Amino acid sequence: MSAIEGVGPQVLPQLEEQVEQIIAEARRQGASACEVSVSVDQGLSTTVRDGEVETVEFNRDQGFGITLYLGQRKGSASTSATGAEAIRETVAAALAIARHTSEDDCAGLADPELMAREVLDLDLYHPWEISPERAIELALECEAAAFATDSRVSKADGTSLHTWQGCRVYGNSHGFVGGYASTRHSLSCVMIAGDEAQMQRDYWYDVNRVGEALADPVSIGRRAAERAVRRLGARPVATCEVPVLFSAELAGGLFSHFLAAISGGNLYRHSSFLEGSLGQTLFPAWLSIDERPHILRGLGSASFDSDGLATYAKSIVENGVLASYLLGTYSGRKLGLPSTANAGGVHNLFVSHGDEDQAALLRRMGRGLLVTELMGQGLNLVTGDYSRGAAGYWVENGEIQFPVQEVTIAGNLRDMFRQIVAVGSDLETRGNIHSGSVLIERMTVAGR
Amino acid sequence: MSDLLLPVSEQLLAPGELSLEDLPALLGELVGPGIDAADLYFQRHVSETWVLEDGIVKDGSFHLDQGVGVRAQSGEKTGFAYSNAINREALSAAAQAARSIARAGQQGRVQAFAATRSAPLYLAGNPLDVLSRAEKVELLKRIDSRTRALDPRIRQVTVSLAGGWEHILVAASDGGLAADIRPLVRFNVSVIVEQNGRRERGGQGGGGRTDYRYFLETDDHGEERAMGYAREALRQALVNLEAIPAPAGTLPVVMGAGWSGVLLHEAVGHGLEGDFNRKGSSAYSGRIGELVASPLCTIVDDGTLHGRRGSLSVDDEGTPTQCTMLIEKGVLKGYMQDKLNARLMGVARTGNGRRESYAHLPMPRMTNTYMLAGESDPQEIIRSVKKGLYCANLGGGQVDITSGKFVFSTSEAYLIEGGRITAPVKGATLIGNGPEAMSRVSMVGNDLALDSGVGTCGKDGQSVPVGVGQPTLKIDAMTVGGTGA
Repeated sequence: MSAIEGVGPQVLPQLEEQVEQIIAEARRQGASACEVSVSVDQGLSTTVRDGEVETVEFNRDQGFGITLYLGQRKGSASTSATGAEAIRETVAAALAIARHTSEDDCAGLADPELMAREVLDLDLYHPWEISPERAIELALECEAAAFATDSRVSKADGTSLHTWQGCRVYGNSHGFVGGYASTRHSLSCVMIAGDEAQMQRDYWYDVNRVGEALADPVSIGRRAAERAVRRLGARPVATCEVPVLFSAELAGGLFSHFLAAISGGNLYRHSSFLEGSLGQTLFPAWLSIDERPHILRGLGSASFDSDGLATYAKSIVENGVLASYLLGTYSGRKLGLPSTANAGGVHNLFVSHGDEDQAALLRRMGRGLLVTELMGQGLNLVTGDYSRGAAGYWVENGEIQFPVQEVTIAGNLRDMFRQIVAVGSDLETRGNIHSGSVLIERMTVAGR
Repeated sequence: MSDLLLPVSEQLLAPGELSLEDLPALLGELVGPGIDAADLYFQRHVSETWVLEDGIVKDGSFHLDQGVGVRAQSGEKTGFAYSNAINREALSAAAQAARSIARAGQQGRVQAFAATRSAPLYLAGNPLDVLSRAEKVELLKRIDSRTRALDPRIRQVTVSLAGGWEHILVAASDGGLAADIRPLVRFNVSVIVEQNGRRERGGQGGGGRTDYRYFLETDDHGEERAMGYAREALRQALVNLEAIPAPAGTLPVVMGAGWSGVLLHEAVGHGLEGDFNRKGSSAYSGRIGELVASPLCTIVDDGTLHGRRGSLSVDDEGTPTQCTMLIEKGVLKGYMQDKLNARLMGVARTGNGRRESYAHLPMPRMTNTYMLAGESDPQEIIRSVKKGLYCANLGGGQVDITSGKFVFSTSEAYLIEGGRITAPVKGATLIGNGPEAMSRVSMVGNDLALDSGVGTCGKDGQSVPVGVGQPTLKIDAMTVGGTGA
């Protein structure tokens, strides 16, 4: 693999050729089957703080990885080095490992007839020809808007503009080769608000495949500032059991725990509390979750999974019932089920919702905790036990009363899923999981 | 470490037809008008992982990453670029990009090199090569089969062996020139047990800047160290089978010795990193000389411990590491610094400039952070608590350095009732405010222990290996996030 100039779709043929070279080298060295992934990407990150440039970073990465098989034995290797020698050595390293790993009945490529037949154009590539100077200007504009929002915004903690583009090609010894170019651009703003008693930090951001489609820098700065100021005066509440509303930007995290619990790797390792729950009612009957992998410009869109299988739209949860696990080829074989083309994860998940916005959900909640930030990794996927640090707002009579911090929220995910009262219409769309705010009937809030 | 310069430059520079003699000219390209400081960071990192599950060694992987990071600084501004290729052409292109942050100003100068000398803290040999592949596989299988034989309630055993070997070379416009060769190994065991339909997990691991033979050595209990991890993982899983819901509310909390030092890493450590304090964004900003913890607390960050996971002979900017006093008898003494923040704050650097790789910018990071031993007998600390929580083992933690709020999660904890440890409780998150929690430390044990070597710290998307440690200690009140009464 030689050094590649550029990263756009124009380099796809070169990367495909490299994939074929690597596969040929693996065969030459004696591998019975193999799969290869080659990527090249580049980016620019600029950060400003207090009206000045803080960092300008240029990123450019290139590398490849190979997983190869000697019959049912497997070995993997990857490198950022380039050139024919790097290919030879990396293949040799993977092969040396495969000579020592154990025979595994389930190991191996997916069946050839399951390979994706075409690579769809999902409109993921929109390079942003933005100079560092212009990127700095936009970031400064964003930060200035934040400072202008409220006199209690006392400090900046960094406003960053990132732009990224990359190309990735996957191929395997069945003859499948597929690749695509994609882009991702973001603008984020972190601000600190202060008064005599406290300093509070908060942020806002936007991310998009298309740079010009990012939210206005002024609106991002304002939102970051308002969020930081709103937290001043935060205090714990007394320990209680109350309804909890997860704000939309946290809902994706909540559902990502669900996805982890139904993913093949955790299921066959007996390390998920949802093992054996296919066909069971896990959510209220009005709730459905769908995967739609082929949305144009979608942040999670992909036309094939990391085993080369064609992705397809499907129902994960249908009327509250678990309709599909998330399986790749290997975990599927371990469980005696076909792959769901989810090797590597999900591609654009949509949680069904009602027509109430967050304010309406607060009214529905009456008295409880609106959570806008979570801390720590207090989740036990084996049992579903959930306990995390939280910050947000205390709600009485359906209205926000004061900011809250230094509390925990705890429950068990199985109960929490069943006790989802409503999903709001205030959709979070800046990620792979699209959901509105999630109201949960009852959790333990620990505080003073 | 100047004796490492030759072997390291042979590894990193020679393949691209470069040598140490070429570095001043390369830095010269970087240090043009308006640039105050610049450096080149060359790195080659080889690593491997072997994983056993379902009783078989399913997969192994090998990774080679190499490249050079090029940094130029102008006042508080930093320009940065990197390249996977280490040759003259790639370096020149990266230098052009990095120095684009410069405005008009004085012509910078490249000082003559003075190689940094520091004590070697770890072996220079390749830690991956001390066992053959067959021996690595055999080790994993042996630990698996011996673990499964310990208890019929075991449903799943996962064992992994991982190692890395890193060569780094830093050359800076201030004349700094340093090389290091760093080993890092780790062994982990995870066990899932089932009893009467209830399933629980336990995990344990360890390692450090040493080689794989460390896991074959006899531990303090007269057993092969790797097997000691397995036995401990099983013990924790079995304890959790009996766990009742953790309490919810504010309670006295006793933290066990060793890995519970995650508490200090979160409650104190991050808040004392130089960058946050230069920017005034930390709850500890501007508080040097103030009482920020109970007078029983003396906390250091020490990168010089032999063979520890967080140790470094020199940091990633070529500064020798040291033992830095952070808090002495409750009084805030100093921050952890890299070059940039030390220069801008007008203080000495402390050897805490670290980076995940050549593709990342250095920043102030912890090494091994721990609290010195106190005088109390750990048993006496437990006896002093009428109703509270004893945290024997933790999972991860996190901190918001601005508000000072921090959390950690327990993976093995018990109720304390009437001065005695009683029922085990399920994992729960504890939350507190750093300076407040540290002022509530009312007893410190005489049993300082460091962790077994598994810590990884994340900051701004960069991960680096770290160590933690502490004696048994008592915090008079913390919020415990269970679901029980």
